[in-house]
Amino acid sequence: MRSFVAAYEMETPSDLSAALERLSREPGDWKPFAGGTDLMVLLEAGKLAHRRFVNIWNLEELRRIEVTPGHITVGSLVTYTQVRGHETLSREFSLLARAAAETGGIATQNRGTLGGNIANASPAADSPPALLAYDAQIELLSTSGSRWLPYRSFHTGYKKMNMRPGELIRAIRLPRATDGWKHYYRKVGTRRAQAISKVCFAAAGRLEDGRIADVRIALGSVAPVPLRAVETETLLRGEKLASAALPAAQAALAGEIAPIDDMRSTARYRRRVAQNLLAEFLEVLAG
Amino acid sequence: MPDRASKIRVHCRVNGQAVTLEVYPMTRLLDVLREQLGLTGTKEGCGEGECGACAVEIDGALVNTCLVPIAQAEGAAILTIEGVADGVNLKAIQEAFINYGGAQCGICTPGMILAVTNLLARHPDPTDLQIREGLAGNLCRCTGYTKIFESVVAACHRAERPA
Amino acid sequence: MKTRVIGKSVPRKEGREKVTGRARYVDDLTFPGMIYGATVRSAVPRGRIRGIYFEGDIPWKEFTVVTAKDIPGKNCVTLLIEDQPCLASEFVNHPEEPIVLLAHPDKHLLEVARRAVRIDIEPLPAIFTIGDSRARRRVVWGDDNIFKSFHVEKGNVDSVWAAADRIVEGDYETGAQEQLYIEPQGMIARFSAAEGLTVWGSLQCPYYVHKALMPLFGLPKDRVRVVQTETGGGFGGKEEYPSMIACHAALLAWKSGKPVKIIYDRAEDMAATTKRHPSRTHHRTAVTRDGKLLAMEIDFTIDGGAYETLSPVVLSRGTIHAAGPYNCENVRIRSRAVATNAPPHGAFRGFGAPQSVFALERHLDRVASAMGLAPDELRRKNFIGEGQSLAVSQVIREKVDMGRLMDRAFELSGYHEKNNLFAETNARSTIKKGVGFASFLHGAGFTGSGEEYLASEVAAEATRDGIIRIFAASTEMGQGTNTIFSQIAAETLGLDCNRIEIIQPDTAAVPNSGPTVASRTSMIVGKLVEAAAHEIQNKLFKSELLEPDYAAADFSRACNRYIEKFGALASLAKYEHPLGLHWDDQRYQGDAYGAYAWAVYVAEVSVDTRTAEVRVNDFVAVQEVGRVINPVLAAGQIEGGIAQGIGFALYENVVWQEGRMVNNQMTNYVMPTSMDVPRIRVLFEEVPYAGGPAGAKGIGELPLDGTAPAIANAIAHSTGADITRLPITPEALMEMLEATHA
Repeated sequence: MRSFVAAYEMETPSDLSAALERLSREPGDWKPFAGGTDLMVLLEAGKLAHRRFVNIWNLEELRRIEVTPGHITVGSLVTYTQVRGHETLSREFSLLARAAAETGGIATQNRGTLGGNIANASPAADSPPALLAYDAQIELLSTSGSRWLPYRSFHTGYKKMNMRPGELIRAIRLPRATDGWKHYYRKVGTRRAQAISKVCFAAAGRLEDGRIADVRIALGSVAPVPLRAVETETLLRGEKLASAALPAAQAALAGEIAPIDDMRSTARYRRRVAQNLLAEFLEVLAG
Repeated sequence: MPDRASKIRVHCRVNGQAVTLEVYPMTRLLDVLREQLGLTGTKEGCGEGECGACAVEIDGALVNTCLVPIAQAEGAAILTIEGVADGVNLKAIQEAFINYGGAQCGICTPGMILAVTNLLARHPDPTDLQIREGLAGNLCRCTGYTKIFESVVAACHRAERPA
Repeated sequence: MKTRVIGKSVPRKEGREKVTGRARYVDDLTFPGMIYGATVRSAVPRGRIRGIYFEGDIPWKEFTVVTAKDIPGKNCVTLLIEDQPCLASEFVNHPEEPIVLLAHPDKHLLEVARRAVRIDIEPLPAIFTIGDSRARRRVVWGDDNIFKSFHVEKGNVDSVWAAADRIVEGDYETGAQEQLYIEPQGMIARFSAAEGLTVWGSLQCPYYVHKALMPLFGLPKDRVRVVQTETGGGFGGKEEYPSMIACHAALLAWKSGKPVKIIYDRAEDMAATTKRHPSRTHHRTAVTRDGKLLAMEIDFTIDGGAYETLSPVVLSRGTIHAAGPYNCENVRIRSRAVATNAPPHGAFRGFGAPQSVFALERHLDRVASAMGLAPDELRRKNFIGEGQSLAVSQVIREKVDMGRLMDRAFELSGYHEKNNLFAETNARSTIKKGVGFASFLHGAGFTGSGEEYLASEVAAEATRDGIIRIFAASTEMGQGTNTIFSQIAAETLGLDCNRIEIIQPDTAAVPNSGPTVASRTSMIVGKLVEAAAHEIQNKLFKSELLEPDYAAADFSRACNRYIEKFGALASLAKYEHPLGLHWDDQRYQGDAYGAYAWAVYVAEVSVDTRTAEVRVNDFVAVQEVGRVINPVLAAGQIEGGIAQGIGFALYENVVWQEGRMVNNQMTNYVMPTSMDVPRIRVLFEEVPYAGGPAGAKGIGELPLDGTAPAIANAIAHSTGADITRLPITPEALMEMLEATHA
């Protein structure tokens, strides 16, 4: 434990409006603290520069999963365990359920939250590609009110977010439009469990008359932000599911991603794997 | 010298006993258990939430205490290895670990026992895959896991001791 | 040999403490007035220390500070030689080299202070690879960067090449591996006027630590005491390194006048402590057309890091095991341990043999492939038998039947059936499956005259109640020392295991039974336990207080009467080198080990060619080990070793930057989880060895030798990838798969 723990402050507001009030009073000074699975690792490594935290863990109103005819709205404090345990959510949004199951072990899943994962903005996070594939929307809340934006426009650069001082992620909304889609999620990590991903591939597609009527392809760990491979999607949309489409799609994919060499893997490997997973996804689509 | 924050008061229950603490809010629950409460059965193996040696149950959920700031334990019911058995009678899984080789050096054992206890509460007769998944967050360097799996199965079926 | 207690899976002796959380590891202990210690280390791989500055807004007066000039005796960590300083004084030779020690009551403030010490080091050019070291790009140790070298000659290698049907060569490499015991290293030290210096800690070898502490302070042996606390895994990582921490804690305790506890966090433990020696091997092998080995020429190099530490001994074992369990008339092995500017590499289960055996077993598969022979065919043609000699010219005097071990391993694993099946199914799938094996041996005990040099002792004592107390320096670290020692003593004396008490290793209480390493605990020290127990029994018989066919109650009564009549009932067993074992240290020839365990391991893997990820689906381990003292514990050793071998083969990659491990977190240095290990089936055969208790040989390190090559061979068979390096990362394998396809 490499931090001078006594120098860190944590306040526990009694409710959501108190939390927002705290966050807005000295904007930038106080940061929300959810399950701690990322922030505590930094604290232990002596790398948590920020010192003042608002404990939002107990705000039960942020932990609900609401099912309405058009959407499932997931509170930002919903844990991975909760995601896995919610029957409708897991069934209709299986990419998200898969991502939750592959995030750490049981203990991490009990404490890790979707909102925390999004706000931590690691390019290697497991859920963001699933959320991107499902065209998720994010609700941001502050004392000034709430706003919704497409999750696609949330991450603007490495660890840069479309978030204003004093804002908190309240919820993630998923449109229930996944009927008839095939889903494909694959995380390639350093081992089979408790692994940081080297490549994360979350995709869904729908066929009509043997053609790709619609397709969503999202990836993690291959760029500074989780991304949707829009050019690859465009290339594939409308195409027959023949192998002729594959090389062009793989080439497009290679152009859209920007993997790096780091201590876990190499750019070459990541690129090749992303392309191979695209092939595997198309096989899944073909049935 | 870095400025010190104020201490806060935290109330929780540990192994059924009410506890009141005066602590810096970001003190790890792990350190509170080990140092302030003298419950050294919960171990630190990595300080990064990877090894599971520090696992306890908080309100029935398996959690790595190296990742929990004590402020978030307010009102919680915490179960540590010291609370798993009553001091005289061992739980079936503890007996199994002794007899079936589930414990070797023992440092991962408290966290592992908590993880098994938690697993069996959710899946009383787990499949091989459920056992592996349930224990994936608890690293053991000594056993290669095989005898841990055998211990879990033995505890479920209360089989005879191996010859 | 029929036994009552030996051969039974007696429950772990200290099991209850471990499953209740009551076992006390070093970080669980506190002492009145105890303060905490931390180490300030070099960030530079090599250089000259220009100055040490205590900066920042820190109340430095509250801190105990120790540097090299404070050391009252010799500034070194004594091991084989005295080249490694306890604290760097003028020069540093590796990243993380310790320079300053700090102590303070507040361990969090200590961390802030650690970062506020600035050490100004003028960098010097450093080297980081075996290649650069051998080429002497820089000389960073001694005159030539060479800690030690060996030269083994058998027969006449040079005479063979010209006439050989085929010559096959190959180059093999293995990387560093971190022991990754789940309990990080730590020590507590305390000085008192009454007792002198006492240290408590996580360690494998109390007498190594004892030997290192004496010259640091110039203290005589009875003023230094070392106590082993419950140790959460060692695997060799706590063989020699604890001496360093003990010295540091002791210096702070001595200067502050308070007990000092130093516990490494995981990041420091991984970056600063020892790792398995990286290696490079070159094989050149002459074979006949039908696969008979004519000559083996082996060149083996290990990277020792910046100081000698145990590298000569690692090199020794690696060298002796380099040519395997094969009968070859002509063998030459040239080997050396070289210096680089990395933290010194050290003991890790297997100790040189995993490195050289990987090279050998991969090479022989490649030789077979080059000859158009099946890999098992090649081995069977050359397996050594009784009366034949190993590379170091040791004549095998035990019944060894490697062919039979191979038969059993293949039968259990379905090797041939799977081979045929996969050849067919692989063509139709992006998942390629394969089986591979390794056949190997592992010598138990210290090499050659090592055990004579150790001159180990074990003491025993009976209480009035007839409880037998065993005093040995062998440490329990999970492998089952306490349990098997009690079984051996109980068997010898006709008692129950709960009548045997194993005394906690404490240099004030136990004699020097040697270190807990080298697969020697069951075989060498266990034999002394047996002898010490026998001696107690003999004393009772001789005194006529006990009849030969006694019952347990008679035994207790006899002990009581003996003690009343004669005083203490005790014994001391001393190591006796088996007659007829001769080793020539100069020519590196002769009886290297008293006994070998023999094994054939079979791995089944599947490789997903889309991601180059490898899964080990099934693993069979067949070994002949003399006598299994405790089946559950013995199988546990093999299974645990196989898991470490899987890590060595596939997952455990140390990422170096200028001599420093940069992936020093468990997030980024990955060991197998419960999801990564296959079903493992372990089978033991027993050919009793007279020199071991009830016939037992050593097994602790054996599984590390054969696991990685079996997996590497399986991957090669499944994909055609020509594996020559460990670890086999998906990144490396992907490159190979693409090359194979191109």
